Amino acid sequence: MNVLVYLIPIALVLGGLGLAAFIFTVKSKQYDDPEGNARRILNDQWDDHPKP
Amino acid sequence: MTAVMRPSPSACPACAAAPAAEALAEADLPGQLALSLPTIHCAACIANVERALQAVPTVRDARVNLTLKRVTIEADPGVEATDLIPVLERAGYEAHELDAGMLRATATDKAGRDLLMRLAVAGFAAMNVMLLSIAVWSGATGATRDMFHWISAFITLPTIGFAAQPFFMNAWSALRVGKLNMDVPISLAIGLAVVTSLWETWLSGHHAYFDAAIALTFFLLAGRYLDHRTRAIARSAAEELAALEVPRATRLRDGAEEQVPLTDLAVGDILLVRPGGRMPVDGEIIEGTSELDRSLLTGETLPVFAAVGMAVSAGEVNLTGPLQIRASAVGKETSLHQLADLVAIAESGRNRYTSLADSAAKLYAPGVHILSALAFLGWLAYAGDLRVALNIAAAVLIITCPCALGLAVPAVTTAASGRLFKRGLLIKHETALERLAKVDTVVFDKTGTLTEGQPELADARAHDSHVMSIALALAEGSSHPLSRALARAAGDRGIEAAPVTDIREVPGYGTEGLLEGKRIRLGRAAWVGAETAGSHETSAWLALPDGRTHRFGFTDALRPGAEAAVAALQDAGHKVILMSGDTTGAVEAMAARLNIPQWLAEARPEDKAARIAALKDEGAHVLMVGDGLNDTAALAAADVSISPATALDAARVASDIVLLGRDLTPLPDALSTARAATKRIRENFRIATIYNILAVPLAIAGLATPLIAALAMSTSSITVSLNALRLR
Repeated sequence: MNVLVYLIPIALVLGGLGLAAFIFTVKSKQYDDPEGNARRILNDQWDDHPKP
Repeated sequence: MTAVMRPSPSACPACAAAPAAEALAEADLPGQLALSLPTIHCAACIANVERALQAVPTVRDARVNLTLKRVTIEADPGVEATDLIPVLERAGYEAHELDAGMLRATATDKAGRDLLMRLAVAGFAAMNVMLLSIAVWSGATGATRDMFHWISAFITLPTIGFAAQPFFMNAWSALRVGKLNMDVPISLAIGLAVVTSLWETWLSGHHAYFDAAIALTFFLLAGRYLDHRTRAIARSAAEELAALEVPRATRLRDGAEEQVPLTDLAVGDILLVRPGGRMPVDGEIIEGTSELDRSLLTGETLPVFAAVGMAVSAGEVNLTGPLQIRASAVGKETSLHQLADLVAIAESGRNRYTSLADSAAKLYAPGVHILSALAFLGWLAYAGDLRVALNIAAAVLIITCPCALGLAVPAVTTAASGRLFKRGLLIKHETALERLAKVDTVVFDKTGTLTEGQPELADARAHDSHVMSIALALAEGSSHPLSRALARAAGDRGIEAAPVTDIREVPGYGTEGLLEGKRIRLGRAAWVGAETAGSHETSAWLALPDGRTHRFGFTDALRPGAEAAVAALQDAGHKVILMSGDTTGAVEAMAARLNIPQWLAEARPEDKAARIAALKDEGAHVLMVGDGLNDTAALAAADVSISPATALDAARVASDIVLLGRDLTPLPDALSTARAATKRIRENFRIATIYNILAVPLAIAGLATPLIAALAMSTSSITVSLNALRLR
């Protein structure tokens, strides 16, 4: 059962990474316009270079 | 749409002031504008709008939000929305200015994001602790169990400290004023579960309730978040309606026109009101003649003649000629604001309504506390062991904790509001559905609610086509509502305009022109030279070249679905009453047309409110449907109220539900959905109670393990949510 010493921290850190990523998306307002974001990807205006 | 677009003063200054003040408190970015784009729908639209706006040199940045159908523009200071609207119209998109101050609150939904974050943290912690608990339930013993308990404690403590804050704060604010709400047993259960579990873990005990405490937090937060979202959607849509009416007026100073916000107006200012515009203030006409539409204030459909020296009040619509008015009362002193006082009085009666959730909490909270305290005392007396007694008390609190109760109401209201929103009904108030379910009497306003507030030609086929063609020629020269109705009716019959020359509109009187060298006129009876033989109907008169006169009668066009809605309400056994400020003849005719036996005409705002109060005293539950300023007091006095989106913002603020479309057919539907929703809420309470009745004896007997607690909690929460979803 010694393997638990590694496994539990690893599991917690990985889960925590997911949580941090989610909090980042909420904080950077990525859920404000779900419909628009789904359509924007179809637009080729900024395909060659990013929006300045 | 046209009716919404009419520029209007904020009809209720107090209502507009609160969000506006909030917006001012935040750093007001210079040159930030918001436009509503009702027609955008695709990827190309986003690109076209943004490209068109960015091509304007004064625009720094433009970002479209397709979900809200809105574009936010950052521009150089001094750029007005009116400069950019034509740019978008050239690109092929309809655009309307939105009052940025009104929208600031919805743009940054901080509370919602905050709740979502807490929900995410609680969800993460709940999953991890649950996995650790499964190991303990499946037989971990000794040092392994202790380690798992300690890790659980390590995850749970900070999570509870962060995620459960809303419950603690709500409970504290209730306790501070000596009251009990649903959050008190919740906070106590969470707190006690954590404390006893820590103690057990410290003593290497068998049972720790960390998973229960965290799962409880998660489920309850889910309920809160659902509740918040439903209300945020309704609020943002309601705010958008309000933001479409930018409060601005045209002031004349030394002969020059300037656009100023309503708040900057002072008594004595000279204002210009163009045809189609609404009076921003109370005042006196100092130049110009025209006709005024007072229907939103009084319910009268007949336009009133307006000339120099006449007093006007805020909210009236100028119909034909430009008017200059001198302001005699602005802001809070206007007659509009005095109506707001009436609303405040009427509203105090409604605030007494206690929601189903609150009345459940009132029964529930003390019951749970007493039960848990009795279990604690009983076991303390029986076993004489504080640790055992505390454990049992915690188990009782956790098992009875209103997890399902917390979800019972929000899950149902979310499902019901979503369903009604699809049909064009916006539920603004949290308890509106419950109040709507009790309704047995429906009171309708006439003008603008059952009717469109727009005239239509009566007996369009009965008029001679030669007469119609002359009338059409004159009607096309004016934008007066009666002229437009006449032109529409003629267009429907395919009649072409007669060759009339020298057409000229005489504001306040009508239109005149020359036909074969002879003068013809269309307008008021006295001006045209016609005899008015006691007719109450709205009419326009045509003087023909041979000296004869012809009368055109007008009726107010019914809203689509009005007849069906009234009939369906009556079939469902509701009492339908018509109350209007219009003349007796007009109201009687409408009542006969819609087959409404009870009606009240020439009712002043306070009459309507008093009548509704009387109905309520007789034990009726009244739904008021109205749109005008004269209805606001009645809307606030009724048990529940609905106003169409075309109503003035004061009426919309006073009502609980806003009808978004033109059609009235969703009304009977809303009543039945509300009934179904309330039934589901009661069912959910019953389900939650059954789970409690089954599990509480186990807890009191000391047989409840953390596994049983987790099972009871999850199954009851899921059953309740699924039951709510049946409503869709």
